[in-house]
Amino acid sequence: MAIWINDDSKILIQGITGKQGTFHGTRMIRYNTNVVGGVTPGKGGQMVDLEGIEVPVFNNMGEAVSKTGANVTVIYVPARFAAGAIHEAAEAFNENGGGLIVCITEGIPTLDMIRAVAKVNEFDGVRLIGPNCPGIISPGLDGGCKVGIMPAFIHKKGRIGIVSKSGTLTYEAVAQTMSVDEGQTTCVGIGGDPISGTGFIDCLQAFENDRETVAVVMIGEIGGSAEEEAAEWVADNMSKPVIGFVAGSTAPPGKRMGHAGAIISGGKGTAAEKFAAFERAGIYVARDPSEIGQVLVRALVEAGLRES
Amino acid sequence: MNIHEYQAKEMFREFGVRVPEGIHCKSVSEALAAYDSLGSRIVAVKSQIHAGGRGKGTLYDPETGIEVMKGGVKIAFSREDVEEFSKNICGNRLVTKQTGPNGKIVSNMYVESGCDIDHEFYLAILVDRDEKSVLVMASTEGGMDIEEVAENTPEAIHKIWADPLNGLDRNDCLSLSRSLGLSGDSASQMMEMLESLYSMFIDKDCSMIEINPLVRTKTGSMVALDAKVGFDENAHFRHPWRAGVRDLSEEEDVEIRANDLGLSYVKLDGNIGCLVNGAGLAMASMDVIKLYGGEPANFLDIGGGATKESITAAFRIILEDENVEGILVNIFGGIIRCDMVANSVIEASKEIGLEVPLVVRFSGTNHKEGKAVLDESDISVHTVSTLSEGARRIVDSIGGDN
Repeated sequence: MAIWINDDSKILIQGITGKQGTFHGTRMIRYNTNVVGGVTPGKGGQMVDLEGIEVPVFNNMGEAVSKTGANVTVIYVPARFAAGAIHEAAEAFNENGGGLIVCITEGIPTLDMIRAVAKVNEFDGVRLIGPNCPGIISPGLDGGCKVGIMPAFIHKKGRIGIVSKSGTLTYEAVAQTMSVDEGQTTCVGIGGDPISGTGFIDCLQAFENDRETVAVVMIGEIGGSAEEEAAEWVADNMSKPVIGFVAGSTAPPGKRMGHAGAIISGGKGTAAEKFAAFERAGIYVARDPSEIGQVLVRALVEAGLRES
Repeated sequence: MNIHEYQAKEMFREFGVRVPEGIHCKSVSEALAAYDSLGSRIVAVKSQIHAGGRGKGTLYDPETGIEVMKGGVKIAFSREDVEEFSKNICGNRLVTKQTGPNGKIVSNMYVESGCDIDHEFYLAILVDRDEKSVLVMASTEGGMDIEEVAENTPEAIHKIWADPLNGLDRNDCLSLSRSLGLSGDSASQMMEMLESLYSMFIDKDCSMIEINPLVRTKTGSMVALDAKVGFDENAHFRHPWRAGVRDLSEEEDVEIRANDLGLSYVKLDGNIGCLVNGAGLAMASMDVIKLYGGEPANFLDIGGGATKESITAAFRIILEDENVEGILVNIFGGIIRCDMVANSVIEASKEIGLEVPLVVRFSGTNHKEGKAVLDESDISVHTVSTLSEGARRIVDSIGGDN
């Protein structure tokens, strides 16, 4: 088990013939991810060679989903077309039993995302992860299911769930679990944009319901109040231990720190508030990401899930 | 990206939002000509800088540092007043609570007709991250800091949300204008204004429109007395006109240059430079430096597409800051390979003649190869394997005197 994607997931790549689509598609296939096709308008009928594996290209998502039975898509199209790609995927999945949309693209206009998220939310069976995120990965026994741009080799199948707003900080959290001999069920990068699909609470809830996941590492950052809301949800609903870190304690107010959403505005969204909310909720806090491993061990020992 | 009040008001006029008559000026003589042509005895002479708090700011002579005038927005009752105020504003340094101690040199002014104020309101349109929609927020307590109003009298703030697919609902607008105590002509003007501002927000891809104060005049008209407008930078590609209203003097020169190179850089006050891949990891690196007693000099994310050229440029930008006494490089290789970064670090260090202590932490793709490249090189560098170690090491090597 894992959340949302596993070895049986059938994956499409939107923008498969573009540079990013081909580059990352190849790496997904190397990890044994089941890529069943791709979409590039106007290039339907062609085949793309991804490391010796021929993958069919379709003109649109409707055709791609109905012909391949795909239930996951990953979007590598440029920012100006990305929201359109999300709309198209949402409609195609809605007509074919639902699915997961993972949008990697960075720099999508905020108003486009407001409309795209509203569209996705109209359909019960459709979920969006991202945009501006590394994607989602569920390590398996031989490779696994990698839907995104993360380096696959740092992962190992295990029992820890990871959810994070930041890309490389997710990898850091993965490396921390590995440093204490723990692997991962699923790692989800939810992205650092102000408007995105899946949030912390969706992920926490899925990990809470997942039989294989025993603990969750949650990485937040300054801006907005998603971490505070997640902390409250943890206090009320989560039986599994949660380990938390928040990036941006030293960020000055009013300055965007790389991610569009990472900004302290009007004195709100500080790391101090978020850490305090974590502590109130009984979340195991790491103040230094290099200590996530040790804090995780402490949490697992206290929960009787590990000797030491 | 923000624009000046005079530019925002021009845009308001285009969308049918009532604003007082006003003229943009760049000199005392232009200000006097503006006064003559407006034909209003009472006018406001307003400094044009992007930062807020102009009215309560102070102007200083940039050469001598001597205080010239209190207040960056002045009400003039005569031609002589206009002359005096514009002389005190133009070319001087305006310091407000939002500019920081260095303030901003004022090179643009706005001379605007006065108006008879009956009541001051607050109105803003912005993106609500939690509700994932556009929020319209209004208050009966205009002319005050909205954060203070939210803190002290939250009941004075009223909110409505636009439907992401269908826009603002007329009934919501009606109830908002009623909550503000508006009736008759003022209420219908408010309804029109909400519609116009919302269209502007969508058409222009705004990130924020703030009017503080929005006034009801003694004759019942609703007029935007101030205007603060910001744009979503992700939407630049579909608004080429923005280049024409952008004031580069309002932005940090080094941040613009970094941005042009695909780097994301923010200058801070400390002495340890950071060069990191990924925004979250870059913030975390700063935090950990501070945790172990140091002070970060900057935020710098080299991004996923970094090259030898952009890494060398990143070192140069870090070293432009004279406070920098040491540099921490923290790379978690994904698409970026640590050995490529290692070679770039060596080249940059030789090209620039790097003299400050350098600590490099590699993890992820080709981290062993990267470490080997650095260890075998003749540049002076400490390699470490965790962020903790890296932060402690760089703090120690500059003496940890913070």
